[in-house]
Amino acid sequence: MTTERPYKILVVDDEVDLEPLMLQRMRRDIRAGRYEFVFAHNGIEALEQLATEEGIDMVLSDINMPQMDGLTLLEQIPAVDPNLRAVIISAYGDMKNIRTAMNRGAFDFVTKPLDFEDLQVTIERTLQHVADWREALSSRDKLVAIQNELDVASKMQQSILPSHFPSGEGYEVFGNMDPARNVGGDFFDVVRLENGRIGVSVADVSDKGVPAALFMMSSRTLLKGAAIGSTGPGEVLREVNDLLNEDNEAAMFVTLFYAEYNPDNGEFLFANGGHNPPLFVKADGTSTLLPLTGGVALGLWPDLDYDQNSVTLSPGDSVVLYTDGVTEAINEQDEQFGVERLQEVFAGSPPRDAEAAVQAIFDAMNDFAGDAPQFDDSTCLIIRRG
Amino acid sequence: MAIQAEREGDTLVAKAEGRIDGTNAREFQDDLDSVIEEGDRTVILNFEDLMYISSAGIRVVLMTAKTLQRREARFALCSLSEPVREIFEVSGFDKIIPIHASQADALSALGG
Repeated sequence: MTTERPYKILVVDDEVDLEPLMLQRMRRDIRAGRYEFVFAHNGIEALEQLATEEGIDMVLSDINMPQMDGLTLLEQIPAVDPNLRAVIISAYGDMKNIRTAMNRGAFDFVTKPLDFEDLQVTIERTLQHVADWREALSSRDKLVAIQNELDVASKMQQSILPSHFPSGEGYEVFGNMDPARNVGGDFFDVVRLENGRIGVSVADVSDKGVPAALFMMSSRTLLKGAAIGSTGPGEVLREVNDLLNEDNEAAMFVTLFYAEYNPDNGEFLFANGGHNPPLFVKADGTSTLLPLTGGVALGLWPDLDYDQNSVTLSPGDSVVLYTDGVTEAINEQDEQFGVERLQEVFAGSPPRDAEAAVQAIFDAMNDFAGDAPQFDDSTCLIIRRG
Repeated sequence: MAIQAEREGDTLVAKAEGRIDGTNAREFQDDLDSVIEEGDRTVILNFEDLMYISSAGIRVVLMTAKTLQRREARFALCSLSEPVREIFEVSGFDKIIPIHASQADALSALGG
């Protein structure tokens, strides 16, 4: 991200300790002229700041504050500047407030106690989105309307993908998405959970364009919120499905595979909401598809139950999550890439790590497809036990 | 992709063929909307000659199912080709929408 002036971030929290802490933790970016912070201690002060300070790019706000809380502030922000994006600071696992915040247009959320590394990633992602959004708006007159809308949607999609991957004792994760020319609806995510578990997900939204991109963004954020308060993947999918059902006039849906990996014992607990079954690859390169868990794609029918299942990864084993854009990639003879060619990537000498494996899959797929145009996003995320 | 509809009493059987994907899902929706009438009590989509349906196409099927559900009309799919059946199975929608092996099975199950 390049900019002529620092990005200006309004931080709203009634805890006075946050101000010195934020300035201290973000000092490198402040000194480098990338960020500038302004502070407010409740919603009223925040609105005053927004009225008087020029060029605030994003708002980072606590929820519980005196005089005017963060949720009320969220409602007021579009009136000040509809292109401003807000990130909410919520209590860990507080789905009720996170959900209300999302409904009121929050872009994302972080949880307390604040992890400044995560916060930085979230801020970067939000600012990137703000920049893309502004660029898309400014180019509106130059482009045909539909292409412009697809550009906006595509940038929104890019902005929610993780840009760095956690790794730790005994596991590594890597993911990538290759967008279709006409934007599709894939996304993936990796979330660090309590007790050192890792939540991984891959999803495909049924439609394209801005409404689908918004649906994708709320799916991802609701999933992240549900995962953080999780009692298990089945319950997470149940919760996300119910939340997506609440406000889904356009009848969009998302196929979503979600799993929680425990690096201590290699347990990979998963639930599948109508998504292509991932590939379980053993260290020797042999592989099988994970069994379906009978779950329905999310968003259209409330009150559904989602069963879960598990496999245990031994050292060197990995699970390959992907979307149908990979297996349904077509070549010039209209043949599909298919699961077998995906399995062949690992047969013989499996790639050395998750990143190399993702790259090998995209290479194999692109070799196969040649110059044939692809109509869907291709996404692949691999978690591997080291 | 084209839809052929035949009506018997208040039962409508609509046949779609070819592929339904992002490029023609809208057309599929318009076609379905125009053949289904308010008074239809039973609607069966015969997918015998449908070789592929993408998520955009499935969405049209699901929206139709929801609309008919609100009207308290019955709805089912029948005669799915193998690849299409697999798509419905993986997405889990076979648990939401009744799917029958043949048009005759669908008609007798729905009492059409």
